[in-house]
Amino acid sequence: MLKYIVRRVLQMVPVFLGVTILLFVLTVVIPGDPIAMRMGERNMTDAQRASIRKALGLDKPLYQQYGDYLVRLSKGDLGESSRARRPVLSIFADLYPNTIRLALAAIVIEIIIGIGAGIISAIKRYSFMDVLVTLSTSILVSLPVFWLGLMMQLLFGIKFKEWGLPYLPVVNMTSDQFPPWAHMIMPSIVLASVSTAYVARIMRSQLLEVMNQDYIRTAQAKGLSPSAVIWKHGLKNAMIPVVTFIGLDLGAMMSGAILTETVFNWPGIGYMVYQSILQRDWPVVMGGVIIIVFVVMIINLLVDISYAFLDPRIRYGAESS
Amino acid sequence: MKPDISEAVPDPGDHHPDGATRASESTLTAEASSRTLLSDALRRLRRNKLAIVALVWIAIMVAVAVTADLWVPQTLGDPIKIDTTKVVGLSLNPPSLAHPFGRDDLGRDILSRVIYGARVSLAVGVIATAISVMLGLIMGALAAYYGGLADSFVMRLTDVFLAFPYILFAIALMAVLGRGFLNIFIAIGLLGWPTIARVFRSSILQVKENEYVDAARALGAGDLRIMTRHILPNAVAPIIVYATMSIGGAILTEAALSFLGMGILPPTPAWGLMLAEGRGFIYNAPHLMIFPGLAILTTVLGFVLLGDGLRDALDVKMKD
Repeated sequence: MLKYIVRRVLQMVPVFLGVTILLFVLTVVIPGDPIAMRMGERNMTDAQRASIRKALGLDKPLYQQYGDYLVRLSKGDLGESSRARRPVLSIFADLYPNTIRLALAAIVIEIIIGIGAGIISAIKRYSFMDVLVTLSTSILVSLPVFWLGLMMQLLFGIKFKEWGLPYLPVVNMTSDQFPPWAHMIMPSIVLASVSTAYVARIMRSQLLEVMNQDYIRTAQAKGLSPSAVIWKHGLKNAMIPVVTFIGLDLGAMMSGAILTETVFNWPGIGYMVYQSILQRDWPVVMGGVIIIVFVVMIINLLVDISYAFLDPRIRYGAESS
Repeated sequence: MKPDISEAVPDPGDHHPDGATRASESTLTAEASSRTLLSDALRRLRRNKLAIVALVWIAIMVAVAVTADLWVPQTLGDPIKIDTTKVVGLSLNPPSLAHPFGRDDLGRDILSRVIYGARVSLAVGVIATAISVMLGLIMGALAAYYGGLADSFVMRLTDVFLAFPYILFAIALMAVLGRGFLNIFIAIGLLGWPTIARVFRSSILQVKENEYVDAARALGAGDLRIMTRHILPNAVAPIIVYATMSIGGAILTEAALSFLGMGILPPTPAWGLMLAEGRGFIYNAPHLMIFPGLAILTTVLGFVLLGDGLRDALDVKMKD
């Protein structure tokens, strides 16, 4: 097991370095003058420009700039926003809780509705419920999430209010009128929509596959009730890929939900990175993506380790190869 | 990052009792085998009603989009030009018989704009996917066929690409390349290759073990010939399925980019752009947002259902 973990961690190193190189290249080739970006439209003499370039290290050759960048990175220095003049790390430390809160709410929805729908449609195969689940998962994966958000705002925020029904807040994270949880309902449903469909599909196909196995027939043959067979024997094995998917999805959500956060003005990290790209605040973009990639990689690592823990075939397969 | 389509484990489709006998018949000659496999798949696809509906819907969309110049501006109105003399009276008109989707804030017919938007979406879907498939096939083939260092390098490169949050990566690429039609093809095409490369790599690795590949090598066939004549035709089924689904994914990505203001430039009618423009009128004219969104949904759904149908018909297992 330890060998597997070490291997898996060592695999992350080149990937992370690759990400830093890719990001570095992106910022070099991105159009726009970094000094003008920092200093605004002020008139400067060439000598002033040169001294700023020197101060920022932009006069050095590229490989040296990249080296300096890596050294700063290893010390945890992600630079400073060129607009807000704040350390990038503190910006994201402030915003991450908002993203995490939304992600956790979405995961809860995925687990309850996704797994529930998957189990029902697998048990009652070819029934009306099964067709309904299969069709609605296809629709959910085809929905543009931002449009789903807009339509929910239109229906539950605007129309319900017009019709005198209880309605939900349309945007933002807090307001005087609504309790904080009411603000989370629509964004978390929108964020969960696509993944819930995937969870339901995976749950259904896994359960169907497991129910065809010999040991299930054995359990049935020794006279266990159908529900005991499904709950005690079937689900245990069918759940592993589902749990893995949900773990990976939690990782993906840690990269912020740009579209959901934009539609609902939710002050999370995805929205921050997107705004920074629009404002060409490259230190925030670079630092933000580095943080995001790092967090996602750690979560994926934990998912893989727990997967290997649950399913010995994986760790032995990895060790023998 | 959007969840990967290849991670959705397929339903164990219908069983076809005649499948086994057909396969053994078809091993007689290589020519017959490829024809039989294809006709077999087509026959199974025809039995899948949802997939046929999807195919018909896509065909209608393509036909309408291609012939739009011939009839849309004449009957519904120009999708881009603004009739300045009438803007005040026509602005934000709700749907009516003459203008089934209503008019936008500048008095333009929304159905006309949705139809022209289909041109953008379909072009992006097909061309971006074609770029991804090309890159993915080349990289996947390099990795699987040569193995060793080439394999490690390509696989680590796919890791790096997949480690990036997908939509952020797309936005960053558009920031580098600049907004516009051509750059959308490039950005979305560049982002799609790693998954194709992985799918193709694993299917080559399976095919490579077959004896007919050894036989071809013993007959003195070169790498390129083995690759194009023996491996590609047998490894292509998962790619067809995956590419069909990726067309839908590319359409969604383009819509998201345009919605965020990082995609198609106005005044070109693109569905994501129309949603962004319509957002300001959510209170008094929601039809500005409803119809472009429905267009995205039904188009992507068409490709998803067709992909599902092809997967069952070609009997592809899309486990990662």
